[in-house]
Amino acid sequence: MTDPRLHFKTPLRQTPFHSRVAEANVLNKWAAWGGYTTALELSDGEMEYSAIRNSASLYDLCPMVKYRISGADAGAYLNRLTIRNAAILAVGSVHYTAWCDDEGKLLDDGTLFRWADTEYMLCCQERHLPWLLDTAAGFDVAVAEITEEIAALSLQGPCSASVLNAAGFDVKALKPFRMARFAFDGGELTVSRTGFTGDLGYELWIAPDHAVSLWDKLMEAGAPWGIRPIGTHALDTARIEAGFIVANADFIPAHQALREDRVRSPFEMALDWMIDWDKGHFNGRRALVAERNGSTSKWALVGLDIDSNVSTEGSIIYHDKKREVGHITAATWSPATKRNIAIAQLLRPYHDQKSDNLWVEVYALRELQYAKLMLRAKVTPRPFFNPARRRATPPGNY
Amino acid sequence: MNYDAIIIGAGHNGLVTACYLARAGLKVVVVEKNDWVGGAAVSRSLHPGFTYSNCSYVSSLFRPEIMRDLELPKYGLQVLPYEGGAVMTRDGGYLAIFRDHEANRREFSRHSPRDAEAYDPYSRDVFRHCRFIRPLLMRTPPDPARFRPRDLAELAWLGKKTFDLSESQIYEMIRFWTMSISDFLDEYFENPVVKAYLAVSAIIGTALGPMSPGSAYVLLHHYMGDVDGNVGAWGYARGGMGSITAALSASLTDSGGEIRVGKGVEKVLVQNGQAVGVALDDGEEIRAKRVISNMDVKRTFLKHVDEAELPASFVKQVRNFKIRGSSGKLNIALDAAPKFTALPEGSPMYKGDLHFTDSIERMERAYDDWKAGHFSRDPFQDVMIPTMIDPTMAPPGKHFMSCFVQYAPPKIEGQDWTDADRDAFGQTCINQIDDYAPGFKDLVLHAEIRTPRELEAEVGLTEGNIFQGELTFDQLLFNRPVPGYAQYRSPIKDLWICGSSTHPGGGVMGAPGRNAAAEILRDIRVPTDMSDAYAVL
Repeated sequence: MTDPRLHFKTPLRQTPFHSRVAEANVLNKWAAWGGYTTALELSDGEMEYSAIRNSASLYDLCPMVKYRISGADAGAYLNRLTIRNAAILAVGSVHYTAWCDDEGKLLDDGTLFRWADTEYMLCCQERHLPWLLDTAAGFDVAVAEITEEIAALSLQGPCSASVLNAAGFDVKALKPFRMARFAFDGGELTVSRTGFTGDLGYELWIAPDHAVSLWDKLMEAGAPWGIRPIGTHALDTARIEAGFIVANADFIPAHQALREDRVRSPFEMALDWMIDWDKGHFNGRRALVAERNGSTSKWALVGLDIDSNVSTEGSIIYHDKKREVGHITAATWSPATKRNIAIAQLLRPYHDQKSDNLWVEVYALRELQYAKLMLRAKVTPRPFFNPARRRATPPGNY
Repeated sequence: MNYDAIIIGAGHNGLVTACYLARAGLKVVVVEKNDWVGGAAVSRSLHPGFTYSNCSYVSSLFRPEIMRDLELPKYGLQVLPYEGGAVMTRDGGYLAIFRDHEANRREFSRHSPRDAEAYDPYSRDVFRHCRFIRPLLMRTPPDPARFRPRDLAELAWLGKKTFDLSESQIYEMIRFWTMSISDFLDEYFENPVVKAYLAVSAIIGTALGPMSPGSAYVLLHHYMGDVDGNVGAWGYARGGMGSITAALSASLTDSGGEIRVGKGVEKVLVQNGQAVGVALDDGEEIRAKRVISNMDVKRTFLKHVDEAELPASFVKQVRNFKIRGSSGKLNIALDAAPKFTALPEGSPMYKGDLHFTDSIERMERAYDDWKAGHFSRDPFQDVMIPTMIDPTMAPPGKHFMSCFVQYAPPKIEGQDWTDADRDAFGQTCINQIDDYAPGFKDLVLHAEIRTPRELEAEVGLTEGNIFQGELTFDQLLFNRPVPGYAQYRSPIKDLWICGSSTHPGGGVMGAPGRNAAAEILRDIRVPTDMSDAYAVL
């Protein structure tokens, strides 16, 4: 064991899969994510994206922050913490959820796993331990940060089920948002049918000691399907096509926002469909009731389909080419839909009644000079890409 | 010789005022009682080969707009950011602070996993307060008792800024400006060492303990500066803090201003209720259209102005202005780098601020000694070794160590400090360092020990208060230094004040000097190309 005081010599940690990712990362494109060294692109970003939509892709998910919530009141506690009803989540199931501060402003979104009757795992982008502990007052519950105790891999793509089956993990009957457990390498592997790509896919959870053998097993079993390790760039294209949002990319968590006008409510991030108004009190409920009853939401999150094929990342949106009415938080040319898509924040009511005359101002860099464009944008439903294979059980036999 | 302005005192604010006036075309002279310039931003060589930052020792608050307007980099000013530091604990451990976000979180998590994740919300809240106050620094406070259009406009601006905040933010702001740092930190953190480290900025330079109401604001005062846009960061002036005043002096001289050192002012000359010049203590008189005092408000009006010329209520307010000294300073020439037992070899902590006070209680006990009229037996020290970064202040391999010490009262049990008291104070501090770095004493080649007595005698700071008056809410904004006189003017026509006794207060910030110059030039309708404060986006 190295001296824990010497952590400053390696400010970024390596994930349990680092040796394998490093081997695959022939481009040497690294970035810091949540305190870890992570790969942006390994050998070819477009091929990596293609693996997500065509065969099978492997992505190191370890930096996602994980909290274990256990105790007799775990369900009641999570009902207090999150906007969705966690108590009715079946054991062995997962749901997407979100949580707010007392003003009803979004702190984060994430996935909630119910391991057992009295044990859950919350998986998210940002860190929230003080808030989770403060919310625990009065509940018989223990909250622990366990990010380093679990290694996580995302196996996504139309052939991902075939790869798992070939590796000896029979997931044919596993439905979306359900989990299964398998013995592996002297330990236990948990497979959940979840993911961030909007495609058929699974996430794999295992103790760090078994991480490398799991990677090797999947790469070996997946070879006939062309399994490919991928970096964050490829995943980001897929997640925009799937219409998913990311904390600190599409919204600023309320506990981090310096500027008070940057915070957003679930209504403003199109997450209000998850709110369970009947489950009793939860953090932010009073403010959210007022927002709902008063229709006071200021912003709306929308999907946009934009003329041309020029990426509109970070652009400002205008009504009638004049009035500033919003901005784009994520954008990409979508290979799967052959559309120029974006996730955007629009002032209400420019997201619906007044959405007919929206324009995006783009500065496209071409050989050191910007071409200034004003592109027509249309509000369009999310997800942009939503194939039937994502939900089919048993999954298609590719 | 007739001048447009005489500035009394070549401290950083006096020089800033002088520079702006000279650049606007005024004929100015700065008179300084010492044989050197700098006031409390001074670098002197008291041991061969070594340069000290004798008083102030780090820079963050000095406004970049001023550096740029007065071309200080051209005249040699360089501010070097430094890395985080550490508080060493009595059990042989330490807590470090790192500039890298993740390194910092992992360090905190060694002490408390909860506190590691509480640092972000804490920073957010402190920086929200910074965002509110930073735009106020380079504006003349409104006078709420007068109804001139400009006061009303400024009040309206302040009101709008306040009401742009959400309701809960307004509550938070009022609480923050009045609460103790101990209570504030308790709202975020659980670990005593974490709290001890973060409380430091709230007590430095103030005669409050960490449990005293009002101390939280003092923390903000130390966080609202920046180094090259990095808000809250601190740095070293290369060559010592005297480099700031040296650059200001060079800038002033280049603009045609004059500086006369070794010229103490005996009296401000007043005729028919109007300042007309100064009488120096060598008998010489200098005449000018206006006199601007860089001295603190007490020293200015109670020692160098005939009280008969002043309204009685003003004199009373000035007498009651709180300017209690609370700190001392050791400047030490070291034969080699000290080795702190707790710190890993080669760790970056040596390049930052080092503390030994590992709990807020211990800090408060040190304050208790001050209340009892004694220097702290177990003092709080902010120890820095600038030569870990700056190669110009000591010979290679040797080091200059700056120790800022709290608490040290203006008087020892009601009596003036004696040389024996001063030496005992110095020994107490050196012994404390030696406890954490055995063998430290043997490295000491020379030590300059400064108590409030020395600070008052040399720099002229009344009671040795480094901020020219305490930064408590009752003495801030339009109440600084006293109600009705927050706009750099005095009851005597053409007698102005430009030091840290005025808004926005102490620290090597330059904003009081800049704001005073703006008021003077506005009064005489002379145009200036002075920059407004950079916008806070």
